Amino acid sequence: MTGWLAANLLSVLNGLAIGALLFVLAVGLSLVFGMMDVLNLAHGALFLVGAYVAAALVGGGASWGAFLGALGLAAVIGLLAGGGLSAMTEPLRRRSHLDQALLTLGVALIVAEVLQIVFGDDPLAVPAPPGLDGSVSLLGAAYPTYRLALIGVGAVLAVAVHVLVERTTLGALIRATVADREMVAAVGVDNRRVKIAVFAAGSMLATVAGVLGGPIYGASVGLDSTVLILALVVVVIGGLGSVRGALVGALVIGQIESLGRALLPDLASFVLFGALALVLVLRPQGLFGSRAGAAA
Amino acid sequence: MTEVSARTEEVHGAMDDPGTGSGPPPARPRWVVAVPVAAVVVVLAAVPLFLAPFATTTLTRLLVFGLLAVSLDLLVGVTGLPSLGHAAYFGAGAYAAGWVSIHLTAAIPVPLLVGAAVGGLAAAATGWVAVRSAGVYFLMLTLAIGEVLAQVAQSWDGVTGGANGLAGIPAARLGGESLTGAGFLYWYVLGVGLLAFTAVWLLARSPFGAALRGIRDNEPRMRAIGYPTTLYKYGAFVAAGTVAGAAGSLLAAQQRLVTPDDLGFTTAAIILLAVVIGGAGSLWGPVVGAAIVVLVRDALGPGLGGHGELVLGIVFVLVVYLLPRGAAGLTTLRPSRRRRT
Repeated sequence: MTGWLAANLLSVLNGLAIGALLFVLAVGLSLVFGMMDVLNLAHGALFLVGAYVAAALVGGGASWGAFLGALGLAAVIGLLAGGGLSAMTEPLRRRSHLDQALLTLGVALIVAEVLQIVFGDDPLAVPAPPGLDGSVSLLGAAYPTYRLALIGVGAVLAVAVHVLVERTTLGALIRATVADREMVAAVGVDNRRVKIAVFAAGSMLATVAGVLGGPIYGASVGLDSTVLILALVVVVIGGLGSVRGALVGALVIGQIESLGRALLPDLASFVLFGALALVLVLRPQGLFGSRAGAAA
Repeated sequence: MTEVSARTEEVHGAMDDPGTGSGPPPARPRWVVAVPVAAVVVVLAAVPLFLAPFATTTLTRLLVFGLLAVSLDLLVGVTGLPSLGHAAYFGAGAYAAGWVSIHLTAAIPVPLLVGAAVGGLAAAATGWVAVRSAGVYFLMLTLAIGEVLAQVAQSWDGVTGGANGLAGIPAARLGGESLTGAGFLYWYVLGVGLLAFTAVWLLARSPFGAALRGIRDNEPRMRAIGYPTTLYKYGAFVAAGTVAGAAGSLLAAQQRLVTPDDLGFTTAAIILLAVVIGGAGSLWGPVVGAAIVVLVRDALGPGLGGHGELVLGIVFVLVVYLLPRGAAGLTTLRPSRRRRT
């Protein structure tokens, strides 16, 4: 066991780093869907916006000022975009949930194309901030410092989101809205404001994840659909509207993406699909989902 | 609609809405349908005699994607299952037909049958997971399945040619003659397309199709009166995958090249766009939608610096707001006959 761990330590760590990033990305998607049944297919495009913001600000030369500036700018863009998406889906509230998902798909196409027009077709690299751009020695192997830092940041964000949702009044409101929207409206809470807030916060997490993922994934055409798929798989496995589910799902998918690709390079895609199928057969509502969602 | 009935709609499969088509059209004299249909077929068949080869090739592509849109409409409009992974079966059929053409024979109808069979098998192998869900969940699952299959195409170098795609597909052969002329290829694609369209149309009209529409409108009720609804949805999924695979074999014959892009997310999104723009459930509407979408992307795109998809995205957003029933809804002057439960 220890020999296996030593041989695959880097893959396991990579999986943790990917998992941390996926959690930040997926938790917003999960909460927006769990609360309002709006499947935001523009979530991957928001991630890409963050990645390009990082490439534009940090790409010239890595400095902490540029990196933190990119994080701040991406967060502001994410908040505004989330508010905008919330406003755009509002007129479709009386139509089917599919129409709302299709609307966000159209927005995703537009955003991805505009980014391609502005930044071109070539992939852009994002250097890690100074001090984190080197590597450290772990059991005799070199490992990029930035990825270790990313695992730490992901853990901090996971704890922060968990505390916010599980321990605060605002979190109680969010959980109540996930559980029973009509009852929350009946006791006098304006659903639309909760929706705007969660949409804005979830979108902000997506753009921030784009900046954080920049030093690993860079910014390139098509990255938006790749991360959207991973986030959707995380959300389906974990259960919609559950913070804990998003965390467990992200860690599982992170390991499958990393360890699976290292051990079974040809079968990694099948392993991903297999995990999804297994969870859906055994627990259609996801590992931590409470509502009978998947079985309509 | 109140919040409470919105919840009811969700329980009923989220498909109980006027945007996804209606039941059988109101009774009209037979010739009102037959004459325009015959006219369209005659015009389509005569077109290569009057067009330049390039325009004929563009029209061939429109037909290929039109057939793909019809197969997707069987899922989206008739059964109420919005798929974002349908391009996977299109691509599977295209790769299979291309591989057979290169390594075995390009004689019609072998690549077509192999493409349809592989499309159907791929749908059968992956669809059983997807049809356990409905509505937006189905959308998510098909998206994930489609992306997995696209990654397979990307990484299975030995068979698919990897990221470069499967190149050097020979022209389709009929009775020892290669169909190299744009017009002959067009007639081949048109013939297969008309046959497949008729098959899907008959399927949608059959008792099986009626049961699928029942599932779209109210799945719990269909289950309650004894229909094995999951099995019916699975059947529709495999049938749609088979037709998509046939369309894929036509793509291989037309492009003579298959790339991972052909089964990727963008193709899947664009073809769903075509169904929505054209009007889901009408079968002919999605053909018009596919024509619009492919024209904007391939014909208008180069003039826009290759960014036809930007125009498509904007059109898509406008259609969702302004035309909930798509272009096919424009022909229905009176309000849709909404089946409430």
